[in-house]
Formats: sequence, C-alpha cells, structure tokens
Amino acid sequence: MARQEKKKDVVIVGLGWTGSIAGIELAREGLEIVALERGRDQNTVPEFKYPNQIDELKYGVRLENMQKPAQQTVTVRRNGDETALPYRHLGSFLPGNGVGGAGTHWNGLFWRPQAEEMRLRSYVKENWGEGIIPEGMNLGDYPVSYEEMEPYFAHFEKVAGISGQAGNVNGEIREGGNPFEAPRSTEYPMPPMARTYDSAKFHDACKAAGYHPFQAPAGIASTSYVNPYGMQMGPCNYCGFCERYGCYQYSKSSPQTTILDALKRMPNFEYRTHSEVLKVELAADGKTATGVTYWDEAAQEEVFQPADMVILSSYQLNNVHLMLVSGLAAPYDPATGEGVLGKNYAYQMTGGVSLYYRDANFNPFVGTGANGVCIDDFSVNQNDFGKLGFIGGAYWRSGTFNGQPIRSMSLPPGTPSWGAGWKEGIGEWYGHAMSIGAHGSHMSYANNHLDLDPTYRDRHGRPLMRMTFNWQDNDLRMIQYMKTQMEPLAATMQADITKSSFKDIGAQYDVRPYQTTHNTGGHIMSENAREGVVNKYCQSWGQHNVFVMGAGNFVQNTQYNPTGLVGGLAYHTVDAIRTQYLSNPRPLV
Amino acid sequence: MTDLPGYPSRRGFLKATAAGFALSGVAMSAKAADKTPPVPLDQYERSYFTAEEWAFVMAATARLIPSEGNGPGALEARVPVFLDLQLAGRYGAASDWYMEGPHDPGAEPARGWQTPLTPAEVYRQAIPAFDAWCADTYGKGFAALSPQDQDAALSALQKGEAPLAPELREFFGILLANTKEGYFADPIYGGNHDMQSWVYIGFPGARAAFREWPERHNVKYPLGPVSITGERA
Repeated sequence: MARQEKKKDVVIVGLGWTGSIAGIELAREGLEIVALERGRDQNTVPEFKYPNQIDELKYGVRLENMQKPAQQTVTVRRNGDETALPYRHLGSFLPGNGVGGAGTHWNGLFWRPQAEEMRLRSYVKENWGEGIIPEGMNLGDYPVSYEEMEPYFAHFEKVAGISGQAGNVNGEIREGGNPFEAPRSTEYPMPPMARTYDSAKFHDACKAAGYHPFQAPAGIASTSYVNPYGMQMGPCNYCGFCERYGCYQYSKSSPQTTILDALKRMPNFEYRTHSEVLKVELAADGKTATGVTYWDEAAQEEVFQPADMVILSSYQLNNVHLMLVSGLAAPYDPATGEGVLGKNYAYQMTGGVSLYYRDANFNPFVGTGANGVCIDDFSVNQNDFGKLGFIGGAYWRSGTFNGQPIRSMSLPPGTPSWGAGWKEGIGEWYGHAMSIGAHGSHMSYANNHLDLDPTYRDRHGRPLMRMTFNWQDNDLRMIQYMKTQMEPLAATMQADITKSSFKDIGAQYDVRPYQTTHNTGGHIMSENAREGVVNKYCQSWGQHNVFVMGAGNFVQNTQYNPTGLVGGLAYHTVDAIRTQYLSNPRPLV
Repeated sequence: MTDLPGYPSRRGFLKATAAGFALSGVAMSAKAADKTPPVPLDQYERSYFTAEEWAFVMAATARLIPSEGNGPGALEARVPVFLDLQLAGRYGAASDWYMEGPHDPGAEPARGWQTPLTPAEVYRQAIPAFDAWCADTYGKGFAALSPQDQDAALSALQKGEAPLAPELREFFGILLANTKEGYFADPIYGGNHDMQSWVYIGFPGARAAFREWPERHNVKYPLGPVSITGERA
C-alpha cells in the first residue's frame, strides 16, 4: 500500500538539465513543485571538488557518476531475429545519474541544429524529391521550425553560459564564425575558448583547403560570467576533466553551475533524491495523469505523489521506459507502422583520423571537453544528397579534450596491445598524437526502435526496455564519404603516421566501446497523434497534463551534440505552459 | 625547475597545489621518494587472491608490462596490489552491473559481458583453467614457464587458442584492462607506485590547472605529476 504525499501543482521526474529548467521557470510562476530524482544529490562542493574528482579510475573507468545498470538498464538486439541481451555494464552510452543528470558529466559541446535539420523531409523533397528516401527510413520534419525556436536557443545559450563566435547574426556572415549556421539573433554570451596546438594545425590545414574553420561552441566559461538567474561561472583552466566528471571549478555549464542554486532558494520548490519514479498514474479515462508512484529508497516503500501536471525529464531512455510501463501511448510496431511509443530511436554516426607526429608536443591533458576547431563544410546543408547517395552530414572537430592515460592512449597501427612493444609505444607516442573527428547525423528507421523486453526485469519487477538497433546503410555511406574527404585533408598535415577509423558498410552495432550518449527519439514530436507521442510543445497527445522533455522528442537525430536542441525545446515547452496552458489546461494543439 | 632535496620550497608547494586550493597539510606535498618503502610484493597481505592466484598475477602482469626497457614494469608499479584490491571491492563483485539471468555466455562478443560470473569469479575460475592448459601444453604451470613461453601462452589466451569455457571468455580482456588501469590509475588504488608511469609518459596526474597552457603551442609541459593525496614526483 503506497504512502501518499501532499498534492503538488507540478511533479518533475528527473532533475537534470530539463527538469531544472522546468523547475525554475514554473517555480517563478508561483507553482508548488516537487522534483523526484532517482540518484544522489550532487553539488560542486563536496561531490565534484578538487582533487577528488580528478580520478580517472573512479569516474572515467568505473563510472561512479553514471547510472548503475543494477538499478536500471536496457536489453539490446541488432534486429528482430536476435534475442535481446542485457546491457550489463555501461559501454556504448553512459546515462547520467543524480541531481544534474547527464548535464554534470557532458563535454560541453553546444550546438543549435541547422534550420534544414528541423524540416529535413521537406528539405529533401524540395531539392531531390522523396524518391531518394531509402526504404525503411522514417524521415520527418520537426513540428516546430528553427525560426520559432531561435529565441529559445538564444535564451538557453545565455542561461548555460556558452563561449563561441557567431558566424551568422541575422543573416550577416561574420569572419571566424560558422558561415553555415542558421541565422542567430545574438552573439554568444562569451568569447570563444583558447586554441590548442592540434586545433591550430587543423585550422591552418582547413584554411589552406578553402574550408571555413571556427572555434567549437562550448558550454565552458571562457571568462567570468553571470547568467540571467544570477548564477556565476568562473573561467575554465583547461584541466582536461570534463567528460565523465563534474566540474570542480564552476566553469562547465551544468544545472549545478547555471540553475540549481537559484532554484533551491525558492520556497515553492522541493526536491527529493533517491526517489525513483516507477509509474505515471492515469485518471480512469486515461486522458490525464493524476501523479506518479515512486520508490523511496530511504523508507523502502512506494509513495504516490499526486500532482496537477507531470513533467517527464529523465534521460531519454528512461523517459521512454517510464511511458511504456505506464501505458501513456500505444507502443510502436515496426511491422505495421502502427503505434508511436518507442518509434524513431536514433543515435550518432562518428569516425575519424588520428595523426602521429614524433617531434610535436600536444600536451593532451590541456583541454576541455568542448575544445577545438570545427568545420561545417560537410554538414547537412552543404551535402548534395542526390549526388552523394545518402541523407545527412557531419561536423568535423579537432582539439584535445583529455589526456587521461587509461582511456586516452592513442597508438599508431601495429603497436602491440601489451608487452615490451606496448610499453615502448606509450613512451614514444603519448603526447605526440592528435585527431580529427567527424560527428555525424543519424536518421530514424522502422527497424530501430524501443519496446519492453519479454524476459528481463528490473529490481522492481518491471520489464526492462528493449532496444532494437543497428547501423543502417544510409548513415554508413555518409561516414564513408567523410572518410574520402578527411583522409586527403589529413594527408596535407604531414604527420609521420596516420590512422583512420570509420565504420564500413555492413558494420554491426557493438555495445562495448564508448560511442556517444546521444540516444534520441522514442517519444517523438509530431504534427498529429498518429505519427508521434507529443505535439510541438512536447505535450503528450494522450494526456494534456503530461509534458515530456529531452532528446526523446527528436524526430531523427541531427549531426550535432544534442544539448542545445534539448534545452531549446525545454524553454519552448515551459513558455507554452506558462503563457498558454496554466490559464486554461487543455491540449495546446 | 628542480627543488632542493629535503627542502619544501614555496614554489614546489604551489606546483603541488596547482589549482591554488590549500591542501590540508604541507606534509602531504612531500616528495614521493621521501616515503617509507611499501611492503615488498612477496610479503603483501592479500585481500582477495589466493597464494596460487597471486603467483599467477605476479607472473602474468610482469609479461603484460615487463620491467625491461624504459619506464616501470607492472611489478615496479605494484599492479598486482591494485588487482587484488579491485577484485576485493565493488568492481570484483560487479556491484553496479545488471547480473540477472538468463545468461548467454556464448553470445557474440559484440553483445557485451554476458557471463553469469563477476570479474572476481572470472579470475578465480580462469586462472586454474589457464594454468591447466599451460601444464598440458608446456609441462608446467604459467608462473613456472620461461618468459618466452609465458608470452606465447598469453598470446594464445588473447587469440582464444587456449580454450576456456565461454563463461571465462572475458578473462584475458579484463586481465589486460585491469593491468593497464593499475599501471595508470592514481596511486591511492595501490598501483602506479610513486606515479612512475605518469613520469614515464609525461602525464601530470591531478594537477588539473593549465590556464596559461592552451596557446603555448608545441612546448612540452615541464612539471612532473601530483597525486590526489598531494604526492609529487
């Protein structure tokens, strides 16, 4: 028998980026809010403080800051004929855990999508015709345009404290920025980060080749900064411990550094940690939610938290899982195309080249997660899909982001993996390697989807979510094209040795090596209830008082790291709640 | 750049506390070399390994990262101590992992860890199985083989030519990964003794403050490492 808590106006499930945004914006409306967080509380001090956080084994390898599969995980299969097996320890992707969520341990790469990516199906249709869309690709338009989203991107950049240099301000192209970005209304809040040696080499090679290099936009403070909530960030010292770590010196953009301390001061906001939401409870007619049931780890009991509004803001995989076990929409069936929940799961396609220079000193431990110089010359809006034979694109980047030796020991091809040859190799090559990466789009397909596993259960007895996912030819052709373009550029950089790593056609998904934590889709946005789970305001088509945040809304993944779009959509959603929903709760579309 | 031996210099202290944070005591920034030597590996009091297992990991890690040539070997770095402590702890017990059945240990490797065994259990069962294979093949257990035969046996294990049950298939992979972890992790975990591996490759450890360095292009960073507890080397 569940304990029952006092009713709130809003219950927020998961206190990461989007839960924090919803929390502060709706608390400012005077609403009574409780946020439920599965993991621990986390603050810069003591959890992320120096020197304890500078510990590669504990955080980089044993993944102390991440979700524990013992608590929650998925099963994975590569096609419908395989039996899905549990993702027993983390490898390919690393969902976050605790207050701040993945916003604490990200690299800080901050992008807006291209305008074309928000309306990709229409863009393809207008330029090449729908005939080029491969069989089985669920190519779609977002139900909201870049132009509608622009003010929310700009606002999130101010909140998150982004460093960069604009390339297109209201249509005016600016030297040194990204000329292929969509028009921005403002410059970045902070100037770009400093340029390391490897990225300077890449910059010069790109210039010589006629490309358009620019400093990576970074959720890292290049100077001291105060955001619209009065939160202060200090300039980064390039410590090289961003990805997988909490920032020890208030420089990396995170819920902790940009929102939470302001939010926690508000008397109408409360948060409870070690509180894992098990189910969204629905009214008898299924048209609204009445609240959520959660597991209170300290009390070891189930608790019902009633609320007038439910905001689902946990990690993408966990949002979809919670919606599936709660029956918030019909599960997607890839055979018939019917149903919506779990549809359009997508990921990220990446590849790259490593360059080894005997006589160069790169000091790879000097850097940030978002360090580097980028080009967008091979991005979605620069590629002739009809001619190239794929839909998509990639941005390229070069910049040291950590020199942590357990994981970041790049060695030339042919170096033995152990023994005297390995030991000689690490002495010879550590600090003398750099890399160029292509970070590419990933489309949505009927075959890549999420549903409930028939066999494996979590510690609460709920079915695990099952991921059916494999690489598809379209995206593999895209990354192979990047290979044909990147290798000649790398050759102009005259390294002693180069090494390429790009997936080949036919590559099978391997859950072991880390790839990206850019899992997208599953509760996608859509123009109508037949095609997706939420409308353009991320409001559930089935239950108007349920709003769902995060990358699960992505119709297909973009070529960029997702946080910019995730935060922009969150601000777009809370603005609609504030200005349209609160005065008259109803379906907004 | 060198401090005088035995004299804690002001500059040395600032180097050790690179972020400008005051550590709790100057004594913590003492040079690693000033410390009492640790207990020799053959007298080390084990937390997890049996005597036979200890003999194996001493011999195996000494081939995975040998002592000859530049830089420390696994034994100088005290990697076996690291392994023992890791297997006695949360990692060895797979405490954070999803270990519910059913299990399919014979699944394709790309499907990830699918054995029902924890890392500690894999070591416990795989070491005697591999030793038995060595005895069959070379007439002696692994620890008693010549270095050349040990290298050949480890190569066979890596390539899957020394057959182990599917449940033990991950053994070589975790043995090698854990050995490198113990070589490069902060010394608080028992390995990377005196930060020798960091000195060897030029990684500054927990310094983690390089504000003026991004734009010093192609200039080798000059300072040695510090550890989480404030040791310098």
